[in-house]
Amino acid sequence: MGEKVLLRGNEVIAEAAIRAGCQCYFAYPITPQAELLEHMAVNMPRLGRTFVQAESELGAINMVYGAASVGVRTMTSSSSPGISLKQEGISYLAGSSLPAVIVNVVRGGPGLGDIAPSQCDYFQATKGGGHGDYHMIVLGPSTVPEAGTLTMLAFDLADKYRTPVMILADGMLGQMMEPVDLPDPIDVASLPKKAWATTGAKGRDPNIILSFDLDPEVLKRMNLELQRRYREIEKNEVRYEEVETGDADIVIAAYGTTARIAKTVIRMARAEGIKLGLFRPITLWPFPYAPLKKLSERVSTVLTVEMSAGQMWEDVRLAVAERAETPFYGEMGGVVPTPRGILREVKKYAH
Amino acid sequence: MPTDLDSMVKVFSRPKSLTEARSTYCPGCQHGILTRIIGQTIDELNIAERTLIIAPVGCSVFAYLWYRCDAVQVAHGRASAVATGIKRADPNLVVLSYQGDGDFASIGTAESIHAANRGENITVIFVNNQVYGMTGGEMAPTTLIGQKTTTTPSGRDAAMFGYPIRFSEMIAQLDAPVYVTRQALYDTKRIMDATKAIKKAFTNQVEGKGYSLVEVLATCPTNWHMKPVDASRHVVDVVTKVYPLGDLVDRG
Ligand SMILES: Cc1ncc(C[n+]2csc(CCOP(=O)(O)OP(=O)(O)O)c2C)c(N)n1
Ligand code: SF4
Ligand SMILES: [Mg+2]
Repeated sequence: MGEKVLLRGNEVIAEAAIRAGCQCYFAYPITPQAELLEHMAVNMPRLGRTFVQAESELGAINMVYGAASVGVRTMTSSSSPGISLKQEGISYLAGSSLPAVIVNVVRGGPGLGDIAPSQCDYFQATKGGGHGDYHMIVLGPSTVPEAGTLTMLAFDLADKYRTPVMILADGMLGQMMEPVDLPDPIDVASLPKKAWATTGAKGRDPNIILSFDLDPEVLKRMNLELQRRYREIEKNEVRYEEVETGDADIVIAAYGTTARIAKTVIRMARAEGIKLGLFRPITLWPFPYAPLKKLSERVSTVLTVEMSAGQMWEDVRLAVAERAETPFYGEMGGVVPTPRGILREVKKYAH
Repeated sequence: MPTDLDSMVKVFSRPKSLTEARSTYCPGCQHGILTRIIGQTIDELNIAERTLIIAPVGCSVFAYLWYRCDAVQVAHGRASAVATGIKRADPNLVVLSYQGDGDFASIGTAESIHAANRGENITVIFVNNQVYGMTGGEMAPTTLIGQKTTTTPSGRDAAMFGYPIRFSEMIAQLDAPVYVTRQALYDTKRIMDATKAIKKAFTNQVEGKGYSLVEVLATCPTNWHMKPVDASRHVVDVVTKVYPLGDLVDRG
């Protein structure tokens, strides 16, 4: 069985990665994810695995590209400015169909911003970020234990679909301590073999990892194959949570730390007789459009709450269209919305 | 009637580790000679089954086609970082990071220096042709003072664009590298020397000794606007004066 421990979100992500069989971890220091790097620095060598503090985030993501080519489970982590530097590498991972896990413990931006919690990298994570027609799976944990389970899941999904997967956390989640049941380590030897990996052309034709072809028709076919896989992911991997939506008149749409705060708001609102629920996307890409659409048919209002100027809000409006009101409430720059502040917004739409 | 046709023996053939794929290099380009040398070395060391070729961005982007080996095509400048990831993930693999001068000594400066400084157990071949061949002959960090390129139409002016960078000398200042050398391909003797150096750079890796760098002064007849023979002569008369040949570090 798993063991119960009190850990920070950053440490839980690191420990979950280790237990998911991550063999190689590469990263460059940045707040607020430093504890993740430090946990790996202590524990990866102890297990005979690879830890390299890279010369930059560019170095780190390209080391990940190398390790992923060889077929091992590999991860890097950073926070917003560092994730911007990794974008070219993420595009190459997607283009070359390489599985890898990337953690973004988001902080306030743009530019150097600050080191406080934020959700201002949603567009970058879910809409491409780097160049080219690609997506990666984006998972948005809302509690420390969920950060652990989604990290384990991220490695499985990355391998299953040969794609980069991002854990989109935030500074609050990274720094918060909670009791966690750590999952048992997986048996790395039992993982399916990766016949495509560049492990040396022994007794077979050479394997080539590449995202490149000068013939537009060939590159088009490579793109179509990526798109085919994206459709499959959209079909199979949408995850979300609904809280007290059965009788709700108003629902908050929120993910990550904001969704967690919204759960408190539900209790407060219901104590005052307001029928409030929560719709929480867990996969930010693929976004749960269909279930949100369905929900929007029986509520008056879907209030999006984010620590941003309204990024996921665009996906919410796509899903809801004209079926319900779609107002927005957000905080920026690392300011975390309070339950009271959110409740005040909710009351504007309670009739 | 016996003729000497009957006694003919094959003394020269394509290395087994090279494919039949048609070269994408221009006629007279010395990237081609290097491909042959690398293939021969892989054969001699009998390492084709565990060699990984890293194909950079540059005229050698198609390097994944030339060898009967696994290969990974990578982003511009990041080959040494990718090589690090590969080698750390599976130390039994033999990793060749093949990079142009723009790739290795400009956009990839940080990755190149730090892979060397960590002493990654890899082999790097750094092709110094003093231009960006692939993109049409722009200035490279290695471009000579006065050299005309498409982005230095009146010749490289140090006041404006700095000096030709002696990158191998910079790497040679580090404690970790076991072998740093500069070679050329302009005549038979130089080709034989370069072959020896490349074999040593691979052998170091196979024996687990650490980081080896072979800088190769190569011609780009196309963008130098010279005939191949004149280009080789230019290497002898001009290029080697700025980039002297020979070993800079040998701790093997
Ligand atoms: C990030 C990025 N910037 C620019 C380019 C365009 N580019 C392709 S090849 C090249 C220059 C390559 O020159 P070098 O490394 O010297 O190799 P050569 O072609 O001379 O062998 C450039 C700038 C690119 N592909 N990616
Ligand atoms: S452009 Fe120059 S470096 Fe590139 S293939 Fe032609 S001759 Fe060789
Ligand atoms: Mg060049």
